[in-house]
Amino acid sequence: MDLTLKIWRQKDSNTKGQMVDYKVTEISEHMSFLEMMDVMNEQLITKGEEPVAFDHDCREGICGMCSMYINGEAHGPDRGVTTCQLHMRMFKHGDTITIEPWRAAAFPVIKDLVVNRSAFDRIQHAGGYISVNTSGNTQDANSIPIQKQAADQAMDAATCIGCGACVATCKNSSAMLFVGAKVSQYALLPQGQVEAADRVKNMVAQMDLEGFGNCTNTGACEVECPKGISLDNIARMNRELMKASI
Amino acid sequence: MALDSKIPKGPIQDKWTDYKNHINLVNPANKRHIDIIVVGTGLAGGSAAATLAELGYNVKAFAYQDSPRRAHSIAAQGGINAAKNYQGDGDSTYRLFYDTVKGGDYRSREANVYRLAEVSVNIIDQCVAQGVPFARDYGGLLDNRSFGGVLVSRTFYAKGQTGQQLLLGAYSAMNRQIARGKIEMFNRHEMLDVVKVDGKARGIIARNLVTGEIERHSAHAVVIASGGYGNVYFLSTNAMGSNVTAGWKVHKKGAYFANPCYTQIHPTCIPRSGDYQSKLTLMSESLRNDGRIWVPAKLEDAKAIREGKKKPTDLSEEERDYYLERRYPAFGNLVPRDVASRAAKERCDEGFGVNATGEAVYLDFAASFVRYGEEQAKIQNLVNPTKEKIKELGQAIVKAKYGNLFQMYEKIVDENPYETPMMIYPAVHYTMGGVWVDYNLMTTIPGCYCIGEANFSDHGANRLGASALMQGLADGYFVLPYTIGDYLADDIRTGKISTDTPEFAEAEAEVKKTIEFFVNNKGTHSVDYYHKKLGLIMWEKCGMSRNAQGLKEAIEDISALRKDFWVNVNVPGTDKEYNEQLAKAGRVADFLELGELFAKDALIREESAGGHFREEHQTPEGEAKRLKEFQFVSAWEYKGEPKDAVLHKEALEYENIEVKERSYK
Repeated sequence: MDLTLKIWRQKDSNTKGQMVDYKVTEISEHMSFLEMMDVMNEQLITKGEEPVAFDHDCREGICGMCSMYINGEAHGPDRGVTTCQLHMRMFKHGDTITIEPWRAAAFPVIKDLVVNRSAFDRIQHAGGYISVNTSGNTQDANSIPIQKQAADQAMDAATCIGCGACVATCKNSSAMLFVGAKVSQYALLPQGQVEAADRVKNMVAQMDLEGFGNCTNTGACEVECPKGISLDNIARMNRELMKASI
Repeated sequence: MALDSKIPKGPIQDKWTDYKNHINLVNPANKRHIDIIVVGTGLAGGSAAATLAELGYNVKAFAYQDSPRRAHSIAAQGGINAAKNYQGDGDSTYRLFYDTVKGGDYRSREANVYRLAEVSVNIIDQCVAQGVPFARDYGGLLDNRSFGGVLVSRTFYAKGQTGQQLLLGAYSAMNRQIARGKIEMFNRHEMLDVVKVDGKARGIIARNLVTGEIERHSAHAVVIASGGYGNVYFLSTNAMGSNVTAGWKVHKKGAYFANPCYTQIHPTCIPRSGDYQSKLTLMSESLRNDGRIWVPAKLEDAKAIREGKKKPTDLSEEERDYYLERRYPAFGNLVPRDVASRAAKERCDEGFGVNATGEAVYLDFAASFVRYGEEQAKIQNLVNPTKEKIKELGQAIVKAKYGNLFQMYEKIVDENPYETPMMIYPAVHYTMGGVWVDYNLMTTIPGCYCIGEANFSDHGANRLGASALMQGLADGYFVLPYTIGDYLADDIRTGKISTDTPEFAEAEAEVKKTIEFFVNNKGTHSVDYYHKKLGLIMWEKCGMSRNAQGLKEAIEDISALRKDFWVNVNVPGTDKEYNEQLAKAGRVADFLELGELFAKDALIREESAGGHFREEHQTPEGEAKRLKEFQFVSAWEYKGEPKDAVLHKEALEYENIEVKERSYK
């Protein structure tokens, strides 16, 4: 199929960017979206033009590196997938596709479609861990039985890949789904209880400091999340924060 | 230089404990005067950085991704082995040790593997303490599953995302140390050379991938944890950025490179669909617990299927060849990866492949649907259930176990694997070879260590499932933090290493020269053009089976391709900006050297062992034929061009395991 792509080009974080039109031809429906981008970039290089920069790495939906806002949706029109898992069979011959980077004040653009998500790392530094040193002497793993339901829910929260689709999707650029998922993972497990109060307070404080907006319960983040992280995690984070603050 | 593996004396079960009791330690007050560089933040690098910082060292960690959490360890699906014997099926440290050495086809170092098995139990304890949500049963205790090549259930898992959860555990431990100021994290940085001062590794030259700036970083020791080199094949299950550069740069500065030809080709990957393909996707080996692998028994049926005239479901049981069950009745579909991969290739080479490219076999769950369905019907007291009802009940069970993998398959292939068998084909997955290290995990450069997939030591010629995560974390959490102290004990009075020295200046100038060449060359072909060509040579001549003639051709072809690359490569953009093509050019340049050494290593190893199968050396039944005279580690010393590399041999001795024919029949 042949396509028209409207892509955000921006030289670096200090230069103004703009949308630029590109034509790509002979795209197979079996290609992934990023393979389509590869084909376009190879064509640009051959023509002596600069290829479009975009983040990507594992190309199997788990590293959280890829981050494209396609036709007004984070990771494009399919559900439950990252951009690298999106396939061209979702599009048809003659389509115009708009491709933008994640847009949020807390995620400044580095180049073209590449953004800086280190704000997420800094929120994790503020409390996204259990304070246990490495030693061969921690207690036996089976000495703390954990209810299967709690373990499963913790796992569901822990599957967050930190891609930032929730922030990009949210009209307030809120990071609450991301932070809620991490807070929930530890809040649901007995190992996380000791530091629970400080953790939620510190992580939320850092989240606010980074300039992420607040949650107004529209639920768009949950719809666009490639890993199906549930809004329940935001509710749980708010409960934890309330508990920690009184 | 003679190779000294520094294996401690004494009985194998006491070596590690005795060793730890007698090494030099660094006083906590002195640790804060010592700097350590860790390159790579996957399971090995991340766990090492966190643990070294907890101990009090100043750590500088480097990752080419935008966060340590994105290293490719995150993509490991199936699980992690540990000799916990929670299932009471007779597992023990010795059995895990034995399975790993046998699985590696008797080409790994006994003492290292025993230590790995020994600390495996600590890993699970440590990870649970960190809050890693492993799968549990209804009693709240940890669950296990079984993997290929073993007869016990010792694999711990977190759904199909075990690597992700373990890496996030190591990342959380790193975060705690970053917050304490003990780890300085350099995201989007790539190491481009190691700096030696008075023969010792004392720092690195790194490039900031955002600004293009070349930076000098000094330390008292350098740890390479940069993963495997599977991307030398272009198409592999590795991440797009996975590369050999850090390992190759230390090799060029004096670290020997061991067993480069030992590569694991994983049997259950989604087959290739076209020339545009950028990478291959793995389907967890755990699928082989419930899926049966087959091809049509008759050539005309295979042809009809390829042409779309027949469907796999049209074929009766008699018209199918369950070739693994036929050839290996004892292990069946759960033979080790090397055996399963070669068997698939053998069938496809004979013309029995089932997709358009002729490179695919079926992985069929129909029998499991019936087996689980009948079981469920009994549990639910259903009398005379219909076939449809049984299938429906069985599919629900399979969905609970592998739902995410089935969904992933459907998204990529656009076929419903509940209705038609999956198609799979082997793909490059893991590299057992890597930088040579001694028992301390130190390379042949003093003060330069290498851990995880980047080193060579624990998996021999083939790695068993669920043991890569185990090795990465063992090295990083429980081995390196001890062994490195023994070396650093001599450095407590050294003081800060200056970067303002001729050694740093010289290394930096070399790096800059190469980068300037790339951005100014403006040749005729893109970096990917060369990478794809290299990948094709590697796959066709150094792939699942190899022969002397093909390997000799590969050496010539790669050498010629490398020459062409250094004349005609085209890197757009400049060196003072975010430039992915420039970063890639450097990585492909190193792959073009490694690839030739790989072929050279495969050529001298005139035997078949594990993932290295030489067509000249097979039994009449087509099984790998191992030879006693090749019971050594090949460690290559850099001498300029790969053709001039000098071979050093480390003899492998087996005192605790009898070296036998590896049979899974």
